[in-house]
Amino acid sequence: MMLALEMFRSLPRTVAGKAMGSRMPGLLSGFAAPLRLVTIDPPVVDRPGWARLRTRLSGICGSDLGALSGSTSLYFSAVVSLPFVPGHEVVAELLDDCEDLPKGTRVVLDPVLTCAARGVEPCENCAAGDTNRCSRVTVGDLSPGLQTGFCKDTGGGWGQQLSAHRSQMHPVPEGWSDEQALLLEPLSCAVHTALRAGVRDGDRVLVSGAGAVGLFATLALRQLTPAGEIVVVAKHGHQRELAQQFGASEVVAPREVLRRVRRSTGAFQLNPDYAAPYLLGGVDVAVDAVGSKQSLETALGATRAGGRVVLSGMPAAADLSAAWFRELEVVGTYASSQSERAFDQAIELGSLEPAVQLSKTVVSYPLHRWREALDHAHAAGRLGTVKVAFDPRSSS
Amino acid sequence: MSRPGFVLEVDDRTPPMIVHEGLGFRLESFPLGTRVVYPPESLPAVPDVDAAIDHALRNPEDSEPLPALLRAGMRLTIAFDDLSLPLPTMKAPDIRGRIIEAVLTMAAEAGVDDVKLVAANALHRRMTAAELKHIVGERVFRSFYPQGDLYNFDAEDQDNLLHLGTTEHGEDIEIDKRAATSDLLVYVNVNLVAMDGGHKSVGIGLASYKSIKHHHNAKTMVHSRSFMDHKKSAMHHSAWRMGRIIKDTVKVFQIETTLNNDIFPKSLGFLQKREWEWSVRDQASMLAVKRGLAMAPQKARHKLFHDVRSVYGLTGVRAGEVEAVHAKTLEKVHAQHSVEVDGQSDVLVMGVPYVGPYNVNSSMNPILATCMGLGYYFNSYRGQPVVRKGGAVILYHPLDEGFNQLHHPSYVDFYEEVLAESTDPAVVGEKYEQQFAEDPWYRHLYRTSHAYHGVHPFYMWYWAAHAMDHVGDVIWVGGDRKAAARLGFRAATTLQDALEMASSTVGPSPSITYLHNPPHLLADVR
Repeated sequence: MMLALEMFRSLPRTVAGKAMGSRMPGLLSGFAAPLRLVTIDPPVVDRPGWARLRTRLSGICGSDLGALSGSTSLYFSAVVSLPFVPGHEVVAELLDDCEDLPKGTRVVLDPVLTCAARGVEPCENCAAGDTNRCSRVTVGDLSPGLQTGFCKDTGGGWGQQLSAHRSQMHPVPEGWSDEQALLLEPLSCAVHTALRAGVRDGDRVLVSGAGAVGLFATLALRQLTPAGEIVVVAKHGHQRELAQQFGASEVVAPREVLRRVRRSTGAFQLNPDYAAPYLLGGVDVAVDAVGSKQSLETALGATRAGGRVVLSGMPAAADLSAAWFRELEVVGTYASSQSERAFDQAIELGSLEPAVQLSKTVVSYPLHRWREALDHAHAAGRLGTVKVAFDPRSSS
Repeated sequence: MSRPGFVLEVDDRTPPMIVHEGLGFRLESFPLGTRVVYPPESLPAVPDVDAAIDHALRNPEDSEPLPALLRAGMRLTIAFDDLSLPLPTMKAPDIRGRIIEAVLTMAAEAGVDDVKLVAANALHRRMTAAELKHIVGERVFRSFYPQGDLYNFDAEDQDNLLHLGTTEHGEDIEIDKRAATSDLLVYVNVNLVAMDGGHKSVGIGLASYKSIKHHHNAKTMVHSRSFMDHKKSAMHHSAWRMGRIIKDTVKVFQIETTLNNDIFPKSLGFLQKREWEWSVRDQASMLAVKRGLAMAPQKARHKLFHDVRSVYGLTGVRAGEVEAVHAKTLEKVHAQHSVEVDGQSDVLVMGVPYVGPYNVNSSMNPILATCMGLGYYFNSYRGQPVVRKGGAVILYHPLDEGFNQLHHPSYVDFYEEVLAESTDPAVVGEKYEQQFAEDPWYRHLYRTSHAYHGVHPFYMWYWAAHAMDHVGDVIWVGGDRKAAARLGFRAATTLQDALEMASSTVGPSPSITYLHNPPHLLADVR
């Protein structure tokens, strides 16, 4: 038996979370979260290439909070299987030998449950290496689930044990701490974001948001693309400092962003009736690293005609008029793809000093203090934290 | 007979003094021994304005009479100062309109029919039709505006600018093409203070950024001691060099006017008087206005003050060759404004009123308040600054009017972005001036809306460069603390607090001088 946090189906809690979760985050950790601490059998997938793992650390991601608050679109309800143990940012150690990896190896997971993990013939995307675009996430050996942490058969990082397929595993480099390794999965997503951004030489880039997603996107854009000026929108003081360390040319507050972009690009600013101002002209590429309506609309409104808007955070409903009127390319970025060797590149980014320093600020909680952990994660920006995680081994 | 300006030393019997602070004023009790510099009373006005104008045009300085310069078939351009002068706005009819009518009458008699009227607004905002009408008068407006023959100068209209060459210092001279290619350019000026007029009129009023940037910068401002004294002003030296080249290209007939100090209407007449000479009626008015202002919302206070139209008296009008005219003009300006002040003091106190040259019908934002206090008022001296090197300046203004988005869009960015990085005029100029000057959006707003040019806030900041370089401490009494901090200064609630704060710079018992301004004064510091 093992201890785990389990997300379960509860219409009243989901409705309550949806109605008030974003305004009253305390509800998430109180009565409204469809989450419970349970003692259950460890998940086992008895198929070739699968192995059991013991969780060492598992991060709390914005998409986890979105799922708990009910703010995530019901679009995703078809690609999860309740009840499941959340946690897709996972550092774990193998409890069994797994193909070439001996028992005890520390690994981080690429959480996407691809054709290889599901034991089906590779779909067109998996065959091409675009594993994050797998078309078979609901079939095969496993229940529906786009990732580990959303599938009831595999378990997730918010439990003491989980199962993973060899194709998901990336050994942790020698000498890395668990905290450092924990950043690899979000860093791999950032690698994918940077590559999807299609940045050309000297392009002006706007990154809206300076949480983990925004900071890592900034680092990846700076390291992996020929971006010129990178303006990062940061809400809190510590985020401003971090954004600069991660490669921002300039950091601005949310209320200043349009003015700052307008100034640096010589754009024209328009003030529509009863709606937020926007620019004619603007940055070449904008990355929405928050996923809120305001952030996405800011990105759309600050991008030049024909520019590209990259959805890095899970997007909220927003006014897409600018995308139509300015002929913007709106590009989604989800997880990371094996063809990009995203985890290998993430390891390089994770070795850089800003990421190493950031890993030292990771805050972890034992599972039984999940209410505090969620509270902390929800207010992470305000509290000066970038990454909050669960350490299921810990009891205090 | 008007009484000259003088310096009062505060003693036990001295009543509290009026100190202007934006859209209001306060009564301040200054420490014993404070020197209070009062401007001279208003000089007598010319009794017959039309006759004075006619006389000036027919008997110019170092020039043929105007009628002799006019002939049929010629191109005549009449340029005139914009709404930044005089302050407050003159009650109709504006002196410029009366002069323009006289010039047009002579032109008509000579058979001149190619006439254009251009407001010399340089990088200032375009005036509205109503503002133009106020300056030129109803008749001239109706005759010229609808045909497009009366218009605002556009310093960004490349097709209508002409590069006249460079000075021996390599300064570009680029001015309005119509003016530069006219057979005669008549410039109608209002010389409110000593810095106005002379070669500044055409050389700046009708010039583009390419030209203006040579003298409107931190370096020239720091080396202008002061810009109210053109012989010791690096800015004026540059304008004079340019003016002499302009003079070789186009015939300029300069008409300069001087006004007296009658700036407040009867309802605010107490502001014009010395406090101990207030009658019972004055005291009652002061109390009523003070109470009313205390209760009124900012919008109402703004309207009350900005609706003021001053009944200036004309003290002189002179026409002819630019430098000859300007020398005579300055005599009159000095007669109206000069006050002899004996030596410098440790602390200079000034109240910043509701209006300056760049917020007519607009808001006195924190940058303009700084320009008014540390620019215009601080520089209102000849000889040496009223405050000693390393001394302290105490200014009164709430710094809470915010920014007018229509008139001052680039000011917002300057305040939020540039001043957040540095308040050093040289540093911000070096890094940001060109960006703002060439910003397409600001250009667009300057040309098509009523916005000051993108570079304008830099100039406002440069105006204050000499003061910032000279003094050790700047404290705003009653100023918004956040705004004062953004400007690089400090704020205090009361004068006593300000003096306490300044004590680290000037000691616990500093000598203090208060410039009782407005009405305008020019401290002649010996």
